[in-house]
Amino acid sequence: MRPHLTVIPKRKVVPIIMDETPRNYSRNAGRGRRRSMSPQNWGALIGGGALAVYGISRRSPLGVALAAGGGTLALVGATRKSSPEASSTWTSLLVNTTPQEAYRFWRGFENLPRFMNRLQSVTVLDDHRSRWTAIGPMGHPIQWNAEITDERENEYIAWRSLPGSDVQVNGRVEFKEAPAERGTLITARLEFGTPAGMSSALTKFFKKGAKFAIRQDMRRLEALMETGEIPTTEGQSHGRRDVVTGILRVADPNRPILRGSGFKDALAAKRRIA
Amino acid sequence: MKAVCYMGVHNMKVETVPDPIILNPRDAIVKITSTCICGSDLHLYNGYIPTMEQGDIIGHEFMGEVVEVGSGVKPDKLKVGDRVVVPFTIACGNCFFCKRELWSCCNNSNPNYWVAEEMMGTSPSGLFGYTHMLGGYAGGQAQYARVPFADVGPLKVPDGIPDDKLVFLSDIYPTGYFGAISADIEQGDTVAVWGCGPVAQFSIRSAFTLGAERVIAIDRFDYRLRMAKDAGAETVNYEEVDDVVQTLKDMTGNIGPDRCIDAVGMEAHDHGVMYMMDRAKQMARIETDRPTVLRQAIQACRKGGTVSVPGVYSGFVDKIPMGAFMNKGLTMKTGQTHMMRYMKPLLEKIESGEIDPSFVISHRVPIDQAPQMYKTFRDKKDNCTKVVLDPWADGSMAA
Repeated sequence: MRPHLTVIPKRKVVPIIMDETPRNYSRNAGRGRRRSMSPQNWGALIGGGALAVYGISRRSPLGVALAAGGGTLALVGATRKSSPEASSTWTSLLVNTTPQEAYRFWRGFENLPRFMNRLQSVTVLDDHRSRWTAIGPMGHPIQWNAEITDERENEYIAWRSLPGSDVQVNGRVEFKEAPAERGTLITARLEFGTPAGMSSALTKFFKKGAKFAIRQDMRRLEALMETGEIPTTEGQSHGRRDVVTGILRVADPNRPILRGSGFKDALAAKRRIA
Repeated sequence: MKAVCYMGVHNMKVETVPDPIILNPRDAIVKITSTCICGSDLHLYNGYIPTMEQGDIIGHEFMGEVVEVGSGVKPDKLKVGDRVVVPFTIACGNCFFCKRELWSCCNNSNPNYWVAEEMMGTSPSGLFGYTHMLGGYAGGQAQYARVPFADVGPLKVPDGIPDDKLVFLSDIYPTGYFGAISADIEQGDTVAVWGCGPVAQFSIRSAFTLGAERVIAIDRFDYRLRMAKDAGAETVNYEEVDDVVQTLKDMTGNIGPDRCIDAVGMEAHDHGVMYMMDRAKQMARIETDRPTVLRQAIQACRKGGTVSVPGVYSGFVDKIPMGAFMNKGLTMKTGQTHMMRYMKPLLEKIESGEIDPSFVISHRVPIDQAPQMYKTFRDKKDNCTKVVLDPWADGSMAA
């Protein structure tokens, strides 16, 4: 047998930073199931939180970078644990549409990658099953099959990943008419577990910034349903960027890192990236 | 194309950048014929608003001709060749807020909404050329601009009226008007207006048309106070009085002005210990804004009166007299202007000759001179009130 443990290089920190978000997560840390943290975790959390607050209070690009770094540190502090287990996240959003339209849009699972940035594609296999491909750490694709477990037309859809998949993702989305012609309240819940044997980098990928990611995805869904497009500045003109700004553009938490994303491109003068 | 870019604090440069392209179906590209430097651009110039990045194209007051439209823009809304004024707020037209005509609170136009949420809880609409927190959209101090949701914002204007009269429909005229509307002015009211910049000038004039009996304008520059006087306002030079609040009470039979309009915002000037402390705190980034005017307005305002804040604040302030605000039963109204509510009615006022907004213009220069004009405007040199830039004039010889 190959001596795995001695050959596999140690996990790098960089890809994890890329998957995270420059936000201060400290306010959510420690809530819910995770009640005890080691002193190191608390240290990272408080230090990171302070750095993020300090960073956000600065107006310079360096400040934003500090905030990004600080947020990352806080997140690592809040989520580092010895054994993987299921996590969940949820959010809700008021969208100016009808439950019928929202249901129809979501039920066409191929639509999901249009607003879920980390999904590359969803292929519908039959009425209940579909194949999902997500962008994993450093752009590596992660694939799994999912099936609808329960649904009621115009009201809710629940699905799960099939047993034996690389990842375990259960989802549920509900559509409810809001009063006084306010539109439709869409509530989405995701549960994601990590089967034993999954690499810790992959585990982290699914846990980190899950709330941030789901909120971003839902905001894009709102834009798509209400306006037919997702607002963007990507590709607009700008003057010369400095190095820090260029790096920040690449590390945009809204954009998963794809294989081949070039720092060089982002730094190049007058590139069409906002 | 040429564009005015933010290259750092106190450092604007005219750079040559690629022409903008259509990025979304509902975009349009406008060839800009007139564009202005706004007082709020000075907050960016002075580095007081977070999330500007080197290379950002700034400017949010512009008009021009549509040269390209995206596939999602219907011809009855907008087509190539239309002459348009572009409002500084970007609105989608179909969200909860747009449906309620709260255009500057649009939920969909800020792609970086999460940055704003970090500071404000929820995000207002995206703006042109005004920080990444508020969208990161390239601005209009350039020869061309990309206009998102072009079937909602841009106001078609007739040929035959010169740019000078129309360009202020993009921001300051509606903003000044909105400042006066928000003050809930009733017949016979006395209205105090802090600041005599371009927005304040429009607030002063709008206050009279909305029924104010008296308007008291407060500033420190004689040339600006004179402009307020021309509109019929009484004036107070705050550098010549000990106490603005007491002066206002003296002028109003001790009850204070019924309505107070803060058309100054986050970079107010004053004298005294409190002001020096605010400056120090702002420099140390302990507070982002200097709320001098807001404090005075709350203390001066008549009990049960209204404080309207069209002036720009960006973040956090200290020592707001909340006790006075609560115990005196005041109302505060504020917000970025809900542009699309006011642009059309105000265009009609211009067409009918009721007002000629070009009175605020003090400088007309080629875009190449924008960097110097930022300095002139900030230092209030050369009686500078409003700078209009011509993106196409060759300015390399002048200056």
